[in-house]
Amino acid sequence: MQQSDRRQFLKLAGLAGVTFTAGLFPKGPADAQAADFHFVQMSDTHWGFKGPPNPDAEHTLEKAVVTVNGLSTKPDFIVFTGDLTHTTEDGKVRRERMKRFKEIVSELNVKDVRFLPGEHDASLDKGEAFKEFFGNTHWTFDHKGVHFIALDNVSDPAAKLGDEQLAWFAADLKQRKPDDRIVVFTHRPLFDLVPNWDWTTADGAKAIDIMMPYQNIVVFYGHIHQEHHHMTGHIAHHAAKSLIFPQAAPGDAPKRPPPPPFDASLKPLGTRDVALMSSGGGKAITITELPVTKA
Amino acid sequence: MKRRLFTALLIGSAAGGAARLLAAETGAEVSVAASKFQYTPDTVKAKAGVPLTFVLTSFDRIHGFKMPAFGIRTDIIPDQETRVTITPTKPGQYVFFCDVFCGDGHEDMSGTLVVEA
Repeated sequence: MQQSDRRQFLKLAGLAGVTFTAGLFPKGPADAQAADFHFVQMSDTHWGFKGPPNPDAEHTLEKAVVTVNGLSTKPDFIVFTGDLTHTTEDGKVRRERMKRFKEIVSELNVKDVRFLPGEHDASLDKGEAFKEFFGNTHWTFDHKGVHFIALDNVSDPAAKLGDEQLAWFAADLKQRKPDDRIVVFTHRPLFDLVPNWDWTTADGAKAIDIMMPYQNIVVFYGHIHQEHHHMTGHIAHHAAKSLIFPQAAPGDAPKRPPPPPFDASLKPLGTRDVALMSSGGGKAITITELPVTKA
Repeated sequence: MKRRLFTALLIGSAAGGAARLLAAETGAEVSVAASKFQYTPDTVKAKAGVPLTFVLTSFDRIHGFKMPAFGIRTDIIPDQETRVTITPTKPGQYVFFCDVFCGDGHEDMSGTLVVEA
């Protein structure tokens, strides 16, 4: 995302609580120490994909693991927001890809690693293989005063959360106070980013309605293979870069174009560090985009 | 299997051609066949103000048919005929696509409705 786009987002957001940086903690450990904690978001690794959109597809994930392991401040946990593997109709190959993916990310020196499915992992078998390797497709946990919720909008091939999961989501949030700090993870955008490209969740509007009463709730997702920031009311939605290939900017064409030619100089791939802070009565999030390899 | 699919596509293509002619003459119906990972035909013409019914079939598995510009979507179930009627009012080009993930190539499964004045 260009700097001007970020400024536009901040203007729309009306928030002083979100800042963007780039690089590997360029301001040094002082910033890191100010945070309550950090986590790293990795997304859309599509293990098993081969093709011109990424001439280095077999090594990109391994390089990103090395980079994350070298961060100056170790994250408390790492979350993968879906499309861990590239789709295949062969269930045996799907499991082989998941097995190899899991082997590679086992090299991360953070042992609290959490996984969401993407449609490439879960839509052809309703999440069966994913569950065998990574557990439930939707879950919650609490960490240092923040409540985290993962929503599954891909195991239904029609990109629905479904009434059952929405009821579970609503019941979970009812246990929170309106000013609790809440982070939602999901794969596809919950809002209608580009309906003509199917960059949406069929019943995502219901999830957003459920979130509306909560003042400190934020969404991190993947799927669109690029940094992107959007507001639905007071709720910010932050999309992450991919670790396999970039996609066209939202709405660039009536139909979704194929991935653009790979241009390493644009640094189209990467991960991100998210720092959560609460001090002086305020709450803030700092998002730092990280390259695949340390310069 | 491939031969069967190829034959089916040929039939679908021929049916689509006939349906396009019918649509051009009466504005009534157009047959569109869905299969991994394409619609046949993938370009459909219509006239503004004239109701158009898509007659949707699938050869292989469940696909979706979604046109956000018209607020419609439906599943296309194999061995069933699914009918969706719209009345386009403005000339232009409108996208339809599969919104039921159907495999590697799903993202490319789309078509265009061309509405003429």
